[in-house]
Amino acid sequence: MPGDPILELKNVSAGYGRIKALKGISLKVFPGEIVAMIGANGAGKSTTLMVVCGIVPVETGDVIYKGNVINGIAAEKLPTMGLCQIPEGRRIFPRLSVRENLELGAFYRKDRETIDKDLDRVLTLFPILAERKKQQGGTLSGGEQQMLAIARALMSRPKVLLMDEPSLGLAPIFVQKIFDIISEINKKDGVTILLVEQNANLALQAAERGYVLETGQITLEDQAETLLHNPEIRKAYLGE
Amino acid sequence: MIQEFKKIWKGYALGMLWLLGLLWPLLGIHPDGTLSFEKTLTVWLYIFVGTAICLFLYLLNKSGALELVTDPVATFRKNVLGLSKQMPSWVWLVVVLVLALLFPVFTTRYAQDVAVNVLIYICLGLGLNIVVGLAGMLDLGYIAFYGIGAYSYALLNIHYGLSFWVCLPLAAFMSCIAGCIIGYPTLRMRGDYLAIVTLAFGEIVRLILNNWMTLTNGPNGILGIKVPGIFYPSFFNGFSMEHLWLKKLHYLYYVALMLAIVTIISVYRLNYSRIGRAWESIREDETAAELMGVNTFLLKLLAYAMGAVFAGLAGAFFASRMRFVSPESFTFLESAMVLCMVVLVGMGSIPGIILGAAALIVLPELFRGFELYRMLAFGAAMVVMMLFRPSGLIPAKRVGTRSEEREN
Repeated sequence: MPGDPILELKNVSAGYGRIKALKGISLKVFPGEIVAMIGANGAGKSTTLMVVCGIVPVETGDVIYKGNVINGIAAEKLPTMGLCQIPEGRRIFPRLSVRENLELGAFYRKDRETIDKDLDRVLTLFPILAERKKQQGGTLSGGEQQMLAIARALMSRPKVLLMDEPSLGLAPIFVQKIFDIISEINKKDGVTILLVEQNANLALQAAERGYVLETGQITLEDQAETLLHNPEIRKAYLGE
Repeated sequence: MIQEFKKIWKGYALGMLWLLGLLWPLLGIHPDGTLSFEKTLTVWLYIFVGTAICLFLYLLNKSGALELVTDPVATFRKNVLGLSKQMPSWVWLVVVLVLALLFPVFTTRYAQDVAVNVLIYICLGLGLNIVVGLAGMLDLGYIAFYGIGAYSYALLNIHYGLSFWVCLPLAAFMSCIAGCIIGYPTLRMRGDYLAIVTLAFGEIVRLILNNWMTLTNGPNGILGIKVPGIFYPSFFNGFSMEHLWLKKLHYLYYVALMLAIVTIISVYRLNYSRIGRAWESIREDETAAELMGVNTFLLKLLAYAMGAVFAGLAGAFFASRMRFVSPESFTFLESAMVLCMVVLVGMGSIPGIILGAAALIVLPELFRGFELYRMLAFGAAMVVMMLFRPSGLIPAKRVGTRSEEREN
């Protein structure tokens, strides 16, 4: 992969009190690629994303974004720098309208014109949301909520998008749709994506490179294609 | 209808028996140790007959026997509502404003007194709504800011002779500072824990007011606070500016009305601003709001401070109207009362809170005819209200419609 990584974790450990969720993780994400991170429950996938976003504090090591160390930077500053996360379980604002949800995605931006332009853009990307613009977010179906979460994140014009289990609790047809959209965002808009997934098969198909996480440590790192055909991975995560 | 009755009569009978069991110790046991049944029975009989009539009407209505009456009423209501929707909203605003302005002309002293109370509670309710309704933080010690506002004016007026109009912003400022001081360490907490801390804060403020004899004169309170005064131009002896103390109740009513209008306008503006939306995102999901770039800590602190400002304004006015303050006015019961106004009659909606303040102040006054059982009737009214309109009398309809409103 040419050039410098846009996002890099150097030997990062973090945890919740005495529980160490991450025990020295190092990974690199290069501009324009999709990187998948797979692993079992409790392996530390979500924690990794929360550490990058400054919600869970880093204990040792460095999180580097565009060449600058960003640990210790307040979580709410990161969207202004182009780093945005779609948290696990979607977490849209249920009692606000779809439109208000989207506008909150662009909260740090103040220029109405470009916000309205972006609003039109995401609504053409997700026509279903345009139909439900005035509905409360909580009344959408799970798949629509996931689309809303993605659209909301896009409203912040991210350079790097962190996605936490976008397929969680969705019908297979919606999962396929979501992954198509992920590829589209990546190809068309050039958004770099770090994807955390339980659905290893789909994640590795969409991604260029992959990391395997086990009990807070990275045990394997390779091209997604290679990981997909690795017999051990197939046995452990693809149920063969 | 008979079948309906068969279904519920057991529950009704059991409920009435239970009520009898509750009523007797309240009414039948006298302080001197004697027991009586007569009074309990009469009160119980009244309630029994009253509820039986209500139940009968309810069953009749359900079986459709009352359509003769309800149908014309429903069509009438529909027509009136349709008519009111056609009129632009400013017409209603003007009508309400004119009625509010003319209110003291047609009413007695007693009604004006109640109205002034309602206006104070409108300020308090709208202030608390910022904290509870918009930002979603349960605050059980809100009345402390009201107390701080009242004492700020009382002390500044007594010791330094500062006038009401100078002290009004100062009292708001003091409450705001207090809001920040309590907010800074506690707002890291969420939900129940925050509620407990705010409850404790309310008590701390009350206890300080009660025990700091040298400053606050303790439980005896502070006497001799001046009412607001105004200067007006007089052309009686050439041109001069005359001073007038607004001692009369209807003057004070206008001061309160002005404060309430200022509060309503500012809360309305806040509600529909970027900040208001950020507050709502915090209420909905704090972590998600943070991930979207909302500075949750600063905004929560701001919500707390803004809530305190309106309580401070109301407090300063309260002190000037009573011309006396004592810690008794700032107990937990008052906090609970304000919280009731916000939650009971429609969290987050400004008309709902105005109506809530009116209902919660006026209802106990209306029930004065019940004498001793006044608060009992009030409690029953609240229970009935919660049963039939669980989301408030006027639920906040704007949830999810705000962006569209702004476009129009």
